[in-house]
Amino acid sequence: MNWHSAADFFHMDGYGFFVWGSYGSALLWMLVEVGLARRRHSQALLQLSEEDVA
Amino acid sequence: MDMLSSPPHPMTRTHRFYTYAAPSRFYALAGRLLPGLWLLAAGLAALGLYLAFFKAPTDATQGQAYRILFIHVPAAWLSMLLYLALAFWAAIGWAFKARMASLLARAIAPTGAGFTVIALLSGALWGQPSWGSWWVWDARLTSELILLFLYLGYLALVHAIEDPQRADPAGALLALVGVVNVPIIYFSVRWWNTLHQGASISLTAAPRMAETMLQALAVMSLACWAYAFAVIFTRARGLILERERDKAWVQALSKKGQAT
Repeated sequence: MNWHSAADFFHMDGYGFFVWGSYGSALLWMLVEVGLARRRHSQALLQLSEEDVA
Repeated sequence: MDMLSSPPHPMTRTHRFYTYAAPSRFYALAGRLLPGLWLLAAGLAALGLYLAFFKAPTDATQGQAYRILFIHVPAAWLSMLLYLALAFWAAIGWAFKARMASLLARAIAPTGAGFTVIALLSGALWGQPSWGSWWVWDARLTSELILLFLYLGYLALVHAIEDPQRADPAGALLALVGVVNVPIIYFSVRWWNTLHQGASISLTAAPRMAETMLQALAVMSLACWAYAFAVIFTRARGLILERERDKAWVQALSKKGQAT
């Protein structure tokens, strides 16, 4: 076990900003990317069904 | 489920690879694979992060800062491999006028660019505490930055030309010329005196890393792969519908309301 407490875990021996900044920015980008890709697909579907009605 | 997933005629079995070259087939196949891929990506990421933070020991010289490695290295690998995949499919699409291959190249580009940004950003966040600088114009860092510009250039080019028949070959040409940059990135730490460290893992020598560190790195890499497949397939399905909207199979899809 590497950590004695949750605070210890988040502190990362003083490297918390760098470690969590790396993982956090990667996670943030992935959430945005997945959201955009899914929206693109659902909007394409929506457009199809609208054309269908018209 | 739908008409696209009817069992293949025995005669078509040998042509399986080619059948998925049709956007309609790819659309259906990707749709079936996606739930499993997302699950796989989430499971591997959970396991990889557990190994990276709870099993891998603290590095003797770098302390906890080295844990950035488990996102930095997989992202850097993916940024290069996805570029090669992009160039490969763009070239296939160009050479054989294969619509699906060109669409796949377009679907890969944003994800490749994303992993390049993640590699650069995590690298900056690692460079600051270990080298005392966010950025240096070192061969490895500079060639990786050029990779980002290649991705962005490809995306800008294919979006600037409206007619896909002209946009896709132009994009393929740019992508192919840019391939020369990938070995430059990979071997930069050997060819030049770089501040960036050399490879810790190679095919020809024993890895210079603890066993649990290697396992964490391997699982995190697989997680990034699964994520890349999932998000690229999702994007490809959107691109297919946009490009094929006038085709009969897409019209049929929307009429039957089975296009989820």
